Amino acid sequence: MTVEVPFYFAAVIAIFASLRVVTGSNAIHSLLYLVVSLLAVAVCFYFLGAPFAAGLEVIVYAGAILVLFVFAAMMFDLQGDVDPVNFRQQGKSNWLSIWFGPCLLATLLLVELIYIITSSDNGQKFASNLVDAKAVGILLYGPYLLAVEIASFLLLAGLVGGYHFAKDDAPGDHL
Amino acid sequence: MMGSLVLASVINSVVLFKLLEIAVILALLIPIAAMLVWVERRMIGIWQDRLGPNRVGPGGILQSLADLLKILGKDEFTPSFADRFIFILAPIIAAVTVLMSFVVIPFSDSIGVSDLNIGVLFFLAMTSLAVYGVVLAGWASKNKYALLGSMRAAAQTISYEVFMGLSVMGVVLISGSFNLREIVIAQQNGWFINSQFIGFVVFLIAGIAESHRLPFDLPEAETELTAGFHTEYSGLKFALFFLGEYLGVTLISAMSVTLFFGGYLAPGFLPDSIANFIPPLVWFIGKVMVLIMFFILLRTSLPRPRFDQLLAFGWKVMLPLALFNLLLTAVLRLTGVISGTGDLHG
Repeated sequence: MTVEVPFYFAAVIAIFASLRVVTGSNAIHSLLYLVVSLLAVAVCFYFLGAPFAAGLEVIVYAGAILVLFVFAAMMFDLQGDVDPVNFRQQGKSNWLSIWFGPCLLATLLLVELIYIITSSDNGQKFASNLVDAKAVGILLYGPYLLAVEIASFLLLAGLVGGYHFAKDDAPGDHL
Repeated sequence: MMGSLVLASVINSVVLFKLLEIAVILALLIPIAAMLVWVERRMIGIWQDRLGPNRVGPGGILQSLADLLKILGKDEFTPSFADRFIFILAPIIAAVTVLMSFVVIPFSDSIGVSDLNIGVLFFLAMTSLAVYGVVLAGWASKNKYALLGSMRAAAQTISYEVFMGLSVMGVVLISGSFNLREIVIAQQNGWFINSQFIGFVVFLIAGIAESHRLPFDLPEAETELTAGFHTEYSGLKFALFFLGEYLGVTLISAMSVTLFFGGYLAPGFLPDSIANFIPPLVWFIGKVMVLIMFFILLRTSLPRPRFDQLLAFGWKVMLPLALFNLLLTAVLRLTGVISGTGDLHG
């Protein structure tokens, strides 16, 4: 099988999931669709011949940043879910439509992952120009050095801001 | 017509063999994880100068089977206030992500599901996705203890993931590859534990934290949070969480062996006649068993820290250590003190 079929398959999943992210009304469900979308983009990267970028996409975006998003949405309870029993009333009728979508898309992605794994031994056929970690590093610290530096300044600003917010002004016992 | 053509091109003898291999590895891994429960209880008993479970079968070896039968007989209870679908989905995520990681582990010179060229990254990606199982379980339970547990799990996993990734990079620097089989082969002249001891220590501690084992089992700390994120779980769904935890222990041990202890290779100091007599798979399993025993010994001997102590230890001790190890390895590698695979000729 050529690389186009699984690539476009993953791309369609990504587009569909992304559409659901912006059309959904429930924050947590939108976030789950966003997770699926990022996983689908990672699969796209893999079939484009950039396995390193695919791995980082899953580790950094789906595995760390989106966990924080989900975490924050759950903690601050953006559903306005005052009474836990509400969940049952709402859930009885449409849990299928709510959770079924991300689940189905994730299962389709799993099928693609199994395809990647079972055919990885003759896997170099996926792309003619394989971009590995070394090529990414050479590009980042060569032509794109300025961009890397600017990004690091941005992160430093974020770090300083985070420190400022977390620092307690008044001395005294917390916890 | 189109569909059958695609199907025919996907299913051939190579793929069928792979699927068979996956099935065999699965069929062995899950009973091993179940047996670990008994091994752990028995070893803790021995180390604490008591007997441990020794009634079912010779030496108590059938204890896990009895536990399994008991847990299958339990009522499949789902609380009425829980979000049903995600409540059922969460333990499946927890077990499947750990099982997926075993895909990239080379069990011996010929056994191993896949030689992905991003093996290390795949492992890190799957461990970072595993946190969704715990977070979603805590949220779907609609229970304050469960939510607190999953909150802890999210913070702990995200923090320790950083050091875990950084600690492995030293190995990647020396071997010049993300492919786990190539990493094992690069250790033919000496295991990476020699030059990467700091990396190993950081990886092991981060691994314990990632698999929520004592002393880092704060997401399910029973003295504070009843049972943490799986407070509302029972029966088969609870068994899946349990399976995920013990598979996680096996996975971290297997990864440590692969990355730092030469994987399926025999120790270098043994004469070839002895080393070749024992098959690679036996070497691999033996090393993994030793590390699992070490995990169990840690569990029996260390107290549980406070949650803020856990995070402070991570960011103030582990992160500098991991960065220092990475820096030192890079400097030594560039100056040629540590020899590695390839690309120094440039």
